[in-house]
Amino acid sequence: MITNTPALASSRLRLPKVNGWAIGTLTIALIVVLPILWVVNLAMTPAGDIWSHLVETVLGQLIWTTLLLMTGVGLGTFIIGTATAWIVTMCRFPGQKIFEWALLIPMAVPAYVIAYVYTDLFEYAGPIQVFIRDVGGFEVRRDYWFPEIRSLGGAITMMTLVLYPYVYLLARSAFLNQNASVLEASRTLGQGPWKSFFKVALPLARPAIAVGVSLVMMETLNDYGTVDFFAVATFTTGIFDVWLNLNSPSGAAQLATVLLTFVIVLVGLERYQRRRQKFHQTSTTTKPFRGFQLKPLAALGAFLVCALPVTLGFLVPAWILGAYALDFYQDTLNASYWSFVANSLGLSAFAAFIAIVLGLFLAYSLRLGRARWLNLVTRLAALGYAVPGAVLAIGVIMFLGYTDNAIDGFAKSSFGVSTGLLFSGTVAAVIFAYVVRFLSLSFGSLESGLAKITNTMDGAARTLGAGPLATLKRVHLPMLKSSIMTAALLVFVDCMKELPMTTILRPFDFETLATFVHQYASDELLPEASLAALTIVATGIIPVILLSRTIAKSKVTQAHNEEVST
Amino acid sequence: MSGLVMERISHAFGSTQVLRKVSLVAESGKLTCLLGPSGCGKTTLLRLAAGLETVQNGRITLRGEKVADNQEGLCLAPEKRGIGIMFQDYALFPHLNVFDNIAFGLSNLTDERRKWIEESLQRFGLAKHQHSFPHVLSGGQQQRVALLRALAPEPKILLLDEPFSGLDVTRRAQIREETLSFLKECGVAVLMVTHDPDEAMFMADHIVIMKRGEVVQAGTPVQIYFHPQNSFVAELFGELNHFEGLVHNGQVSTPFGACSIPSIPDQEKAQVLVRMEGIHVTMGHNKSAHDGKNITFGHVEEVFLLGRSSHLHIRVPGPNDQDSVILHVRVPGVLKPEFGAAVTVWTDEKQVFVFPAD
Repeated sequence: MITNTPALASSRLRLPKVNGWAIGTLTIALIVVLPILWVVNLAMTPAGDIWSHLVETVLGQLIWTTLLLMTGVGLGTFIIGTATAWIVTMCRFPGQKIFEWALLIPMAVPAYVIAYVYTDLFEYAGPIQVFIRDVGGFEVRRDYWFPEIRSLGGAITMMTLVLYPYVYLLARSAFLNQNASVLEASRTLGQGPWKSFFKVALPLARPAIAVGVSLVMMETLNDYGTVDFFAVATFTTGIFDVWLNLNSPSGAAQLATVLLTFVIVLVGLERYQRRRQKFHQTSTTTKPFRGFQLKPLAALGAFLVCALPVTLGFLVPAWILGAYALDFYQDTLNASYWSFVANSLGLSAFAAFIAIVLGLFLAYSLRLGRARWLNLVTRLAALGYAVPGAVLAIGVIMFLGYTDNAIDGFAKSSFGVSTGLLFSGTVAAVIFAYVVRFLSLSFGSLESGLAKITNTMDGAARTLGAGPLATLKRVHLPMLKSSIMTAALLVFVDCMKELPMTTILRPFDFETLATFVHQYASDELLPEASLAALTIVATGIIPVILLSRTIAKSKVTQAHNEEVST
Repeated sequence: MSGLVMERISHAFGSTQVLRKVSLVAESGKLTCLLGPSGCGKTTLLRLAAGLETVQNGRITLRGEKVADNQEGLCLAPEKRGIGIMFQDYALFPHLNVFDNIAFGLSNLTDERRKWIEESLQRFGLAKHQHSFPHVLSGGQQQRVALLRALAPEPKILLLDEPFSGLDVTRRAQIREETLSFLKECGVAVLMVTHDPDEAMFMADHIVIMKRGEVVQAGTPVQIYFHPQNSFVAELFGELNHFEGLVHNGQVSTPFGACSIPSIPDQEKAQVLVRMEGIHVTMGHNKSAHDGKNITFGHVEEVFLLGRSSHLHIRVPGPNDQDSVILHVRVPGVLKPEFGAAVTVWTDEKQVFVFPAD
């Protein structure tokens, strides 16, 4: 049955409205895609022999290191995320209820913050090595073995500790949605619990886990703070290095284009696995699994396995930052902490607002639209999230530089006045970059919110006497309210944490919490910046709480449905 | 008095024609049923009546007032029509509680309407759920809230789209009865869409049967059941015994002897359809059964006990002494013939239908 009734447009206003939507959607998509196209365009422009120079010198090393980093983090998050998700979903042991949401918390800590903390802890002058030297009676570093934290392995560990929740989240919902009878069938066919896990549960959850791992890898490619701080030569640091130190924008753009192909592969993988997820739904009505009641020793093991990532990923860094903040908060305040807070809040709030407005527009356009190409364009407009910040930063600078020059040239020739640089090096550039990168976050959450409003609900409201505007006000807005809040919060928090684009695009002498913390930590002044770092972590916790609340809520409905059906 | 009149409605989605010149009348105070297999266009017709779909061709009148006419370019918005519709998925508003859902369409919540809502909730045993949200209700409860929501603004006509399809089979019959008596008390004109013939027979005062976007027959349940105008309508109510043959001297031969067909010219193919319950059975070979009219002898090949009735396969000689044929027969459960038993069978003329061959 075809039920594509327009939600808001009354019959006779339909045509012109669709055109308005189409034009708006195209414009938004174009604005989002232009910076990326600029990078590719710049990379194609001949610029001496920089490319061959790059190929001879750094390119191989960059690709190798980046691949190692991605593989390491992918593998680490896969193991931790899947194992904890399985334990928490299938086993019953003391603390299991708490771990269900606590395992998400490390998500709140940006990778660069955890890297600063552990460096402070593990470096030569840090408390652990000092302790080892005191106890062992060693004099110098040569006398004993200790892992070097500022290394590729260190970077992999840091990112794994804060990124595994992506895999955990998706794996857990996949396990939850698996019909218990599928597992029971496997058990009756003679497979033990372990074999059932590897033969049934894991293969069924594979698409979801693959989606989680691809998201993790995208985040890994995006990271700048950690690899810069650890001096690990990946694409992100390579791009900045070629750009700022070799002073070659086109060389940077060429590296960025290579990085983009990595991203395209990941996005393709993610999309493919998402489609496969649909076929792996074992049943529409799932009978939840009662869970294995663990014996004391096994329960302790499960507890430790779950406690370890939470402790290392959140408790330790939070505790250290908290302790420093208590001692050194005065230094942070003296470094005009409040103005950084104001800058961060202002930028993030404004970017969130714009992302919501554009996201709402795109989501409605998709809902009303009947043209296939509009659908495609909308998806394109939501691709920014996959593009690493370093690439976007170059694109935005180049694009805005071009626009500024064009406007200036036009003003000069037409009015004889120079407008100078209107956008470059202003907060507008930062906000523009934020919106391009995080638009997909707001769009995604608004789209799923809108999907809950079925066409028949529109029909019900309209036949009950509510006109298009009244329907919007009485049905859509109240139902979308929480989606809008979630979308705004997600964008807001990601903007607060954002480092590479902010570093490059901010106006001269303009500091946010993130740039301030990175600056101080790079100068070995972590204690003095700990209050600011703690602020970032604290904001990051808000969406995690929100997320765990939706998880808890979905369980309530589930429990209720059982009640009704029995 | 005519509640809803739809005239010569044609409709297409892209290049797919879903309705072809459909006309129907749903009278006030009566329950009209649109019956047909899925994909025959009945839900589209409902959506057109509600104004949720723009009329491409034809005219719709509601209580004598034109609400849509493609020639005048008129298509009243759904909120201006004063119709109530209950969707197949109920479409309850998840952010409003039961009472607010029902009161959604009331611009002015008078004491009288508030009382009506409370009494109706009471009647359906939903009083204690007044402030609950839809997701905590069972399917049957949601269905009744959706029904009350559609009725609360006192619509000129109530449209029901497969109102019972979402319900558990065990509860369906009971809820169907409750709903019917409630609707009769309300006295509202109802146009209901269903694919279930039993449901249509049970509920409707008037049945409109659709097939591939066209009306094939309209009439009372009695007319539809006893006077089907073609084999499609006859077959709606279950499997039929099917005989085919050439018309000869205004007659076609069946295992029960010649059947007269005045309406079909000689030498053309005709089909004779007999309902399974239209064949009567008595034990033994009895020449005087049914006064010897339309009788034939046979024996039981298979017996399926269904509880209240039994399904028999009876082998009888074919017409004109051709190969024998198997009759499918429904008999009351009290009759328990055994395998191989000799029986006498005859047909009930009222349940024999003759049409030109397809």
